[in-house]
Amino acid sequence: MRDRLKWLALLGGVMLAAAVPVGCGGGGGGGDTLTFGSASDPVVLDGALVSDGESLRVIDQMMETLVGLEAGSTELVPELAESWTASDDGLTWTFQLKDGVTFHDGEPFNAEAVCFNFDRWYNFSGPLQNSSVSYYWQTVFRGYANNEDDGLPPSLYGGCEAQDELTAVLTITEPSSSFLGALALTNFGIASPAALTEFEADAGTVDEEAGVFQPTGTYGTEHPTGTGPFKFESWERGDRLTLTRNDDYWGEAPALGTLTFRPISDNAARLQALQTGEIQGYDLVEPQDVPTIEGDANLQVLDRPAFNVGYVTINQAMAPMDNPLVRQAVAHGLDRQAVVDNFYGGRGVVAHQFMPPLVEGYADDVAQFEFDPDRARALLQQAGLELPVAIEFWYPTDVSRPYMPDPRRNFEAFAASLNRSGFRVTARSAPWSPDYLGRQQNGTAGHLNLIGWTGDFGDPDNFVGTFFQGPQPAWGTDEFPNAEVVDILNRAERETDIAARTGLYEEANRMIAEWIPGVPYVHTSPALAFEANVQGYVPSPVSLEEFATVSFSDEGDEEEETTEE
Amino acid sequence: MLRFVVRRLLLLVPILLGLSILVFLWVRALPGDPAAALLGERATAESIEQVREQYGLDRPIHIQYLAYLRLVVVDRNLGTSIESRRPITEEISRRFPATVELAVASLIFATVFGIPLGFFAAKRYGGFFDNASLVGSLLGISIPIFFLALILKWIFAVELGLFPTIGRQSVEINVDHPTNFYVLDAIIALDPVAFSDALWHLVLPAIALGSIPLAIIARITRAAVLDVQNEDYVRTARAKGLASSVVDRRHVFRNAMLPVVTIIGLQTGLLLSGAILTETVFAIPGMGSWLAEAIEASDYPVLQGGILFVAVIFVLVNLLVDIAYALVDPRVRLS
Repeated sequence: MRDRLKWLALLGGVMLAAAVPVGCGGGGGGGDTLTFGSASDPVVLDGALVSDGESLRVIDQMMETLVGLEAGSTELVPELAESWTASDDGLTWTFQLKDGVTFHDGEPFNAEAVCFNFDRWYNFSGPLQNSSVSYYWQTVFRGYANNEDDGLPPSLYGGCEAQDELTAVLTITEPSSSFLGALALTNFGIASPAALTEFEADAGTVDEEAGVFQPTGTYGTEHPTGTGPFKFESWERGDRLTLTRNDDYWGEAPALGTLTFRPISDNAARLQALQTGEIQGYDLVEPQDVPTIEGDANLQVLDRPAFNVGYVTINQAMAPMDNPLVRQAVAHGLDRQAVVDNFYGGRGVVAHQFMPPLVEGYADDVAQFEFDPDRARALLQQAGLELPVAIEFWYPTDVSRPYMPDPRRNFEAFAASLNRSGFRVTARSAPWSPDYLGRQQNGTAGHLNLIGWTGDFGDPDNFVGTFFQGPQPAWGTDEFPNAEVVDILNRAERETDIAARTGLYEEANRMIAEWIPGVPYVHTSPALAFEANVQGYVPSPVSLEEFATVSFSDEGDEEEETTEE
Repeated sequence: MLRFVVRRLLLLVPILLGLSILVFLWVRALPGDPAAALLGERATAESIEQVREQYGLDRPIHIQYLAYLRLVVVDRNLGTSIESRRPITEEISRRFPATVELAVASLIFATVFGIPLGFFAAKRYGGFFDNASLVGSLLGISIPIFFLALILKWIFAVELGLFPTIGRQSVEINVDHPTNFYVLDAIIALDPVAFSDALWHLVLPAIALGSIPLAIIARITRAAVLDVQNEDYVRTARAKGLASSVVDRRHVFRNAMLPVVTIIGLQTGLLLSGAILTETVFAIPGMGSWLAEAIEASDYPVLQGGILFVAVIFVLVNLLVDIAYALVDPRVRLS
């Protein structure tokens, strides 16, 4: 026993001694190395097979798409395609590709490579057709070459032809104006055909018991190969993922030589790791941490432009919500300004439309309904109802969303303002997933409920199209459709002339504001945090942020370099 | 002796079977539909149904259980994580060493500080040191681990810059991980920097996780020493004129250690549950943070496989402790 204790004491001593020589200095920052704290590990580094933000964040540094987005906006700019033209019927799209681009494995980038990628996605079979795997292909291109599920619609994708080395012609089966914008999604990044084949990107087994698709090839875990400014270096799952500079990059090579992502799921831990210098930046800053970061001279807060909308759904299938006067009364009875002022820590603005202002098609002149309890009561009386009007109002529990950090407080404030406006609110709540989401979607979450949406890509179709183009029990539009709104959204989706299309969406927004299927109330700007000496990081509304433009400024670089050899 | 071991091993079969049923049912009783969780707010009724069908969630529960049992027993496969799409056995081989390393470090910390603390508290029974250690151990037991962890990080990492706050190694360290025990891997690689870096990363988490075991060990040691001190044989030893230090060492300490060793063995379960919080706060990719993430994501294959694995380890550790007792103390075999 004594010997064992001695041994333990010795080990303890070694531990303490070991702590001393390494001393301080978080490591990983300064010079040309940046470490970013992500919320979780990526799933797999193949854009075609993922839809989660942390996978896409990493993939985006290595992969490029035909069409890109201007930094910090949703404006389309050339990326791997130098230019493009659409045929008059909007079905044939010709992309002129950039010359002299090579993949990380040295293979040339050309029209054949483009077609190889599109044909790969289109020919997905088996579990790859599951919407949890190829969600964005389904969102944009709907179906596959051979749909294995009867529920899947025919594909929008018609085919791809390599007309010559640098001309790729994509055909689609019906006109779609959101097609071009969707090509900017990281999911449609062009990968090296040689690497996809050699490392068996599509190989996988399906877990018998749970049916989960498990990739068995090494493409997505060890050999993601694109044309982007960073190359894959190594990935120690759960610990870190390292990318290095692509010195052969066709554009301006990044200032950073090494870019590392470390998964830290706990919010407080991410903040502390930033404070100690173990990481130089992180996303998804909690609103309550913003003042701490702003108060620290060594740190900075960056705002991501608002790309979401929080709204109150009105279910028209539940009487008396089918009456436009009652819906107007709801709009006048919700004190949106108070909710945004009180519960969003200065990071929200009052919304009047179902899309954020920076999306094309946002109209500046929609009908606005200010908080006015007297007017609301008068409208209810005009509708022939006896006051107070009893309604059920649902809100979710166990959830925090960028557009809804604390649903219960939003609900309480709204309920109080509605009670002053001639309504008598009955509170109902359910856990977010699956109960609340299920009820919300199948239209059993009361007369009113709280919900919201964060856009996938910078297109109006991804907002109002998602909500109002088809009948949905959530709004009661399966029973009370608005044919005019559906019609204008259908026309807008097919319109390929940008200006005409924008006009149609603006008109749609005006019509929706008059119709009042629900009441949008907030757009929020999520925050990112970095060390003060990090520069060149441009937050993007759709979270497509390039580290290629990031560097460290010399001043304020108080980072102590570790002197380990 | 052999018969005892064989009997205990045979007893494992019904225990493990019962355990698997319990875990299986428990995971399914959790709120949250894995299919809906997987698809998030973009889910539609059809896509949820599609996923449920593909993942076999629409089958009767006993069929699901038998399929699972077959998978585990016949294929020796614990399934695939919905979130990471990796085999659960692969994840365990990477994560379990992290948790063991942390648990061992915590236990070393708790023992090295707990035993002397308890011993000296007993020697100064009723004195200031005794009372202070009592209050200290009470605090150690009652402070929530995550709170202690955040405070430790704030003082020693953020303010003083002495220790790292996340992970198992610094980003500039590059060594192979054949065993996934980072301290061991550094030794294998003969890399002193990686070795001290790995230990350095263990200090704060080990203190946070070891605080409760430390308090328990200190209090048990104190009580045991107080007991033993009043035994006849101790009085006899003193009466023989042995030096006080020799009495303490040979008679008091040795005999007092018996219950303490038992308690140390029992800390395994406590350490595994404490690891959930500690690993999350320190971003250590071990079993604990993995299970915490799986709960949030309703990743039920991970919950099922991970908890079953942890439970089996717990049962096996207890078995080993029992066998060790049987070796030391013949009376155990009879009962």
